[in-house]
Amino acid sequence: MATREEGRGMLATYDVTKTDKRFIGAHILVAVIALSIGSLFGPLQAFQFSGVDLYPYLQPVFKSYYQGLTIHGVLNALVWTTFFITGFFTLTTILGFKRGLRYPKLNRVGFWTMVAGLVMAAIPILLDEATVLYTFYPPLQANWAFYTGLTLVVVGSWIEGYGFFFTYRAWRKENPDTRTPFIAFGGLVTMAMWQFATLGIAVEILTMLLPWSLGLIEGTDPQLARTYFWFTGHPLVYFWLLPAYVSWYGMLPKQAGGKLFSDSLARLAMWLFLLLSVPLGFHHQFVDPGIPAGWKYIHAVLTYSVFLPSMLTAFTVIASLERAARKRGGRGLFGWVRALPWSNGSVAAQLLAGILFMFGGIGGLTNASYNVNLVIHNTTWVPGHFHLTVASAATLSFMGISYWLVPWITGKPLWKPRLAVIQTWTWFIGMLIFSNAMHVLGLLGAPRRTPLGVAPYVSEEWSGHLLRVGLGGAILFVSAVMFVWIVARTTWGKERLGANEEIEVPIAESEQDPQLTPLWLDRWVPWIVGTVLLILVAYGPQLIDQIANIDLGSGQAPSIRPW
Amino acid sequence: MSAPNDAKRTLHIDPYEKNWMRISIILVIVFAAAVTVAGFALGFQVPSPEERVDPNNLTGPWENPGLRELSPGVYELYVIGNATTWQFEPRDVEIPVDSTVTIYVTSRDIQHGFKLQDTNINMQILPGQVSKLTHVFEEAGEYPYICTEYCGVGHAAMFGNLTVVEK
Ligand code: HEM
Ligand SMILES: [Cu+2]
Repeated sequence: MATREEGRGMLATYDVTKTDKRFIGAHILVAVIALSIGSLFGPLQAFQFSGVDLYPYLQPVFKSYYQGLTIHGVLNALVWTTFFITGFFTLTTILGFKRGLRYPKLNRVGFWTMVAGLVMAAIPILLDEATVLYTFYPPLQANWAFYTGLTLVVVGSWIEGYGFFFTYRAWRKENPDTRTPFIAFGGLVTMAMWQFATLGIAVEILTMLLPWSLGLIEGTDPQLARTYFWFTGHPLVYFWLLPAYVSWYGMLPKQAGGKLFSDSLARLAMWLFLLLSVPLGFHHQFVDPGIPAGWKYIHAVLTYSVFLPSMLTAFTVIASLERAARKRGGRGLFGWVRALPWSNGSVAAQLLAGILFMFGGIGGLTNASYNVNLVIHNTTWVPGHFHLTVASAATLSFMGISYWLVPWITGKPLWKPRLAVIQTWTWFIGMLIFSNAMHVLGLLGAPRRTPLGVAPYVSEEWSGHLLRVGLGGAILFVSAVMFVWIVARTTWGKERLGANEEIEVPIAESEQDPQLTPLWLDRWVPWIVGTVLLILVAYGPQLIDQIANIDLGSGQAPSIRPW
Repeated sequence: MSAPNDAKRTLHIDPYEKNWMRISIILVIVFAAAVTVAGFALGFQVPSPEERVDPNNLTGPWENPGLRELSPGVYELYVIGNATTWQFEPRDVEIPVDSTVTIYVTSRDIQHGFKLQDTNINMQILPGQVSKLTHVFEEAGEYPYICTEYCGVGHAAMFGNLTVVEK
């Protein structure tokens, strides 16, 4: 056994350098700062709904509810996630492959490109020159620096992705017959998916929005712009979720005292997400005028196929946890759940994130059907839904990861581990209240992206739910503050970990030797080819049609800025 | 280095998991069938390409947006979204109960939304495009139509009212 493993370099050790840790830490720092500022506006929005309007007090720094909403969407959904994810994958690459990055300078360039892009986009947003929300649908026109900044953030994330791919290639040369270690594999698949996914907004910005904002072309085609945007917008959701899955599959079982239940099915699920996340973006455009109903139907059916890898994930993660819990003495059909290490904030966060995600997944399934979509499109149901996914499944998991990651990076013990547990529960409870109220309001017809506290058409029936949005928001606010505070106190605390107390990065073994996983689950070419083909089939005809019929005259910037 | 036995390289699927996967696949088929039934048999409609227009020069029926009776009980309603006034044109519409109304919407400027409360009418409004859906109003009452897409500072106040009156 030992010789075989040595032969494959499995026992090779790699001492993570200070530079590695600082590099990962820089990502997490930017991410947490973005979350702190972005999340401030979430509760303000929620309070506004319930009749407590704090926006007058933000004058003249922040001009409107909508400027705040732009900040909230961009910083939380785009910046917090992208920086956290690239930082986390730097770690899974290094520790999965047990080697340094192949070209650390390349990754550094990627990181600083993202930072430069962030600064560039932030300036017009803060100056109220880009109050176009995080979807920036034309003909709303932002300052050119906003589009350039976003492009740089995306390009920077690509470069970091290339850095991981090159590292993989170098590792592969040294380990021709070894299965790619799961956590590294998960990061690579996610970053590969991201390369395809972001082509949509890259083309949208470079061929339309940027030249238009610079005055080089007269206008935009709003329908084509939406098609490009949602080409990216849907897989963006998986870009947020897959890193959480990597942790649920590849780390959480270890934290719970167990192993990954099925290495091969975990990999299969990852591949299916690569294959299926891009070609279904039209389900965000069911009520768009310029897309034939037939194509909407095809994307609706394809959307359901993502149910399969999601169910695989649910099974494998729950089975891994159940085994771990039974080893710890848990019994009963469901009673084992109590035997999990709930007192560990990192574990509790991810378990609760998983539970919230189950509700989110069920809601997502219903969103995808025509008849429900006609009722809830652009209502508060939608933010109600994705606060269970990106703002819980992903965000709460990332918070949980931070609870071991930040001590690992800084070499300092987690500040008040019990508070971390309380923090995760407050997020859970706040989110249950908030998201339930948002869903119900959506069914009653309340529009999203609207300061409902001042809307003239708000009906009596909505008021109780609007109050619950505020209540949930208040609890979430407390929870967000606790999180940032714990991270900050840990980072700038005086206490250091002792020499023999080093934080171990939780990397789960799998029940079955990964070498026994079939080779086709460790081959890139067939999956990439399949992904490209499926995108061509699902998007090609409509893209050709919409581009051939492009009408740049129809989306000109309004003569008076509407905000 | 002993090469792993090829025969052992299986997917390693637990029997429970096999059943779970079977159930999942069946559910996917059921869901897909449900959309198919909703779309084709029950007639749930979503907008489909109707017409392209020039938002700077809205002509024909768009010159006088509003309600037009085509035949007894059958109407067409043209609605334009406007982000300078943050109003729908027209703001108020009245129809008798049991009318069939085909609603056409477009925009003079930027994107808006059109959601007619208590119905399945929900459309994205894009300049240059026409969204169209039909509804039969079987119950008298007020049906506010609300702008559901951010369209500038006046967005929250943008709505209109369709009143269905007893004959
Ligand atoms: C601190 C707790 C949070 C609260 C109370 C909160 C509250 C809200 C509310 C009320 C809205 C709806 C605004 C509207 O449609 O008018 C909203 C939108 C949104 N939130 Fe949050 N949120 C929180 C955290 C987060 C997090 C952590 C994320 C992502 C990681 C996030 C991502 C978003 C996005 C993408 C939107 C949509 C913005 C848009 O429509 O343009 N939120 N949030
Ligand atoms: Cu509007």
